[in-house]
Amino acid sequence: MNPVLEVRGLYKSFGGISAVENVSFEVHEGEILGIIGPNGSGKSTLFNCILGQLKPTAGDVHVDGRSVTGLRPCDLNRLGVSRTFQLLQVFPQLSVRENLILAGQEHQGSMWTRLVGACDAGLTEAANRMIDFFRLVHVAEEKAGGLSYGQQKLLDAAMAFMAGPRLVLLDEPAGGVNLTMLADLRERLRAINQEQKATFVVIEHNMEFVMSLCTRILVLAEGRIIAAGTPAEVRNNPEVIEAYLGH
Amino acid sequence: MKLTDRRVQAVAGLLLVGVLIAAPLGLKPHGIYLLSMWAVMSIAAIGLNLTLGYAGQISLAQAAFVGIGAYCSAILTTSYGWPFGAAFVMAALLCFVIGWLLGYPALRVQHHYLAFVTLAFTTLVFLVLRNEEWLTKGIYGISGINRPNLFGWSTKAPRDFYYFCLIVLAGVSWFTWRLVRSPWGRAFMALRENPVRASSLGVDTRRYTLMAFAIGSALGGVAGALYAPLVEFIDPTPFALSLSLNLLLMVIVGGSGYFFGPFLGAIVSVLLPEWLRFTDGLYLIIYAVFVMALMVVCPAGLLGLVEKIFKPLSKSGKAAP
Repeated sequence: MNPVLEVRGLYKSFGGISAVENVSFEVHEGEILGIIGPNGSGKSTLFNCILGQLKPTAGDVHVDGRSVTGLRPCDLNRLGVSRTFQLLQVFPQLSVRENLILAGQEHQGSMWTRLVGACDAGLTEAANRMIDFFRLVHVAEEKAGGLSYGQQKLLDAAMAFMAGPRLVLLDEPAGGVNLTMLADLRERLRAINQEQKATFVVIEHNMEFVMSLCTRILVLAEGRIIAAGTPAEVRNNPEVIEAYLGH
Repeated sequence: MKLTDRRVQAVAGLLLVGVLIAAPLGLKPHGIYLLSMWAVMSIAAIGLNLTLGYAGQISLAQAAFVGIGAYCSAILTTSYGWPFGAAFVMAALLCFVIGWLLGYPALRVQHHYLAFVTLAFTTLVFLVLRNEEWLTKGIYGISGINRPNLFGWSTKAPRDFYYFCLIVLAGVSWFTWRLVRSPWGRAFMALRENPVRASSLGVDTRRYTLMAFAIGSALGGVAGALYAPLVEFIDPTPFALSLSLNLLLMVIVGGSGYFFGPFLGAIVSVLLPEWLRFTDGLYLIIYAVFVMALMVVCPAGLLGLVEKIFKPLSKSGKAAP
């Protein structure tokens, strides 16, 4: 069986600086792969190259065995690849429910049916289920911009799952989220991973969060993979310790 | 009570329609002419509100589309003897296509850069209207544009033509109301607020940007197609950049991104100057001060101001992320 995501020999340079250097890895169905590394190690750039936000200098990206290198983010999303961003990215002037409907509507029907069909593209129920699942019921009608940071973070994640994606790339889902909400978020992510057979790739600085959530971890430093393995293996790897402590 | 409440909007809409139907009964022809002009400019502003207010693509080209629509309907009805209905549809279609093409620069540049691209387009169209005499009769303009006869209903009299404009305005309003509530409207707003995130959610930003331009421009064409028979004479002057700025003013003053914004904005732009006429030379000054004061007090325009007043104080609309 093909891996859900396969990255082969990916390079990305900005001028003379190479942000990602010869990165190759695979992610299999149902896995939760963590990507860790110091700031500036190329994690987000790697995400942006995989997702078509940036054009890789060299290398290939395959989703379910199909080459997706060079596809636009919207095309990739419609193939079932979804993401969250490091910095909050909700639509502040739309209500929570509208944000979620938007996140699903482009997966329904055609341009034409979206013009003449139902206003909610038949997604109100699905949006409400997502609102329930992420415990946003009391703010469902509020404009997203008025929510607290933690709530927006949950909404951001909920939007990524709205269309029932096959693969989700989460860029620092735990950043700035308090401890209670963090446990909650981890529990939601695990539930979706198990119930929907969704595959995750997670960039995260919060070690406790990453170690407890992920099944496998890649360590990036200066654009290259320096270690890979289970959380326990990675934790005890001297190279990883060195990259983090710096010598 | 919230302005976004559907019932409030429906009641406001019905009230507005009643006033509009009764309005010309006590008015002289000039008053009715101004009301018709208000309806026509409202349509053009609704188009711009779609492009700018909802989809966030600044355009200074709306005057050019009103001009293209006006010349298209005038030339087709006077020189080629087309029935008004066909010329009207043609004007909208032509502007749709040209608007679509004008959308391409918007895929590359945004904000003030886009403003300049569209500004250049308005100037270009103005020059074509003025210099290509074989087509547009240049500065002499096109006269003898007849008001149409629709299914045996002559719209020659000012009041009849006003009602015709009102019917078209109603149609355009219905279409736009439906559009901004459809997934398309949601995608337009997503384009305005965060195109990168929208794209990552499967929103084809390229196609929606082009559509926002095309539909907004087509409505400019519809306004133009009504403008020509309303004035019964057209020359290039009214379609210069100043009309684009005026339409932009209507959208901003009324409340950019609010459905009823353009209607209010067109009142401020078309009718208010007439009401201020008694002040003689002072009217422009009063008008300017009013607009400046409004922009300082409420940058979201008149409807933004209304929403601010009616909104419960405890809930702030735009909190920092």
